[in-house]
Amino acid sequence: MIHPSHFTAVLLFSLFASIVFGITMRDTPRRMFRYGAYCFILFVGSAIVLSWVMFLIAR
Amino acid sequence: MATTPNKPAAAGKPVAGKQSKQGFVYLPLIAGWLVPGAGHFLLGKWIRGTLLAVSIIAMFVLGLAMQGKLYTSAQDILDMLGMAGDLGNGLLFFISRMLGLGAQPVETTVADYGTKFIVVAGLLNIIAAVDAHNLRTGRKSS
Repeated sequence: MIHPSHFTAVLLFSLFASIVFGITMRDTPRRMFRYGAYCFILFVGSAIVLSWVMFLIAR
Repeated sequence: MATTPNKPAAAGKPVAGKQSKQGFVYLPLIAGWLVPGAGHFLLGKWIRGTLLAVSIIAMFVLGLAMQGKLYTSAQDILDMLGMAGDLGNGLLFFISRMLGLGAQPVETTVADYGTKFIVVAGLLNIIAAVDAHNLRTGRKSS
């Protein structure tokens, strides 16, 4: 059994989902890579921003 | 990001390569659902199939390793949606059920994340299988 930190779970989820999105949503390897990187940054970035928003709301 | 969507092929005229001319048209869809990446393997897309298989299987296995739950019954709407997602994993879901994996109740936050990993792995596998079908029919050019 593994118990990753919440941020590690975010990174793993973002990585795998971005790979699938990149491959399935674009049709050339270069565009797949760019779209996958774009999705990964959005996943991780939005998780960080929303975390800070929830932290500030909870104070 | 200014990227254009995939161009559809002309109606009824598959434009994918030589791999899409013969055989049962739904085979990549069904194979891709049952075994992650198999639809792309059938079409000769080895690298894409490998990346898809590794991503989806890793996500499913990580979900189980995080003590995530496999949905086994559909008693309310959320259970039904979760089970629909789990069923997207194809043989991974059925084999895990047979082995008794993912049967323990969710008691920690990480286990809840694991349950979501399993559901999302199934949904991603459906997307990958549909992509293989689109390659097979020529709706996606390459």
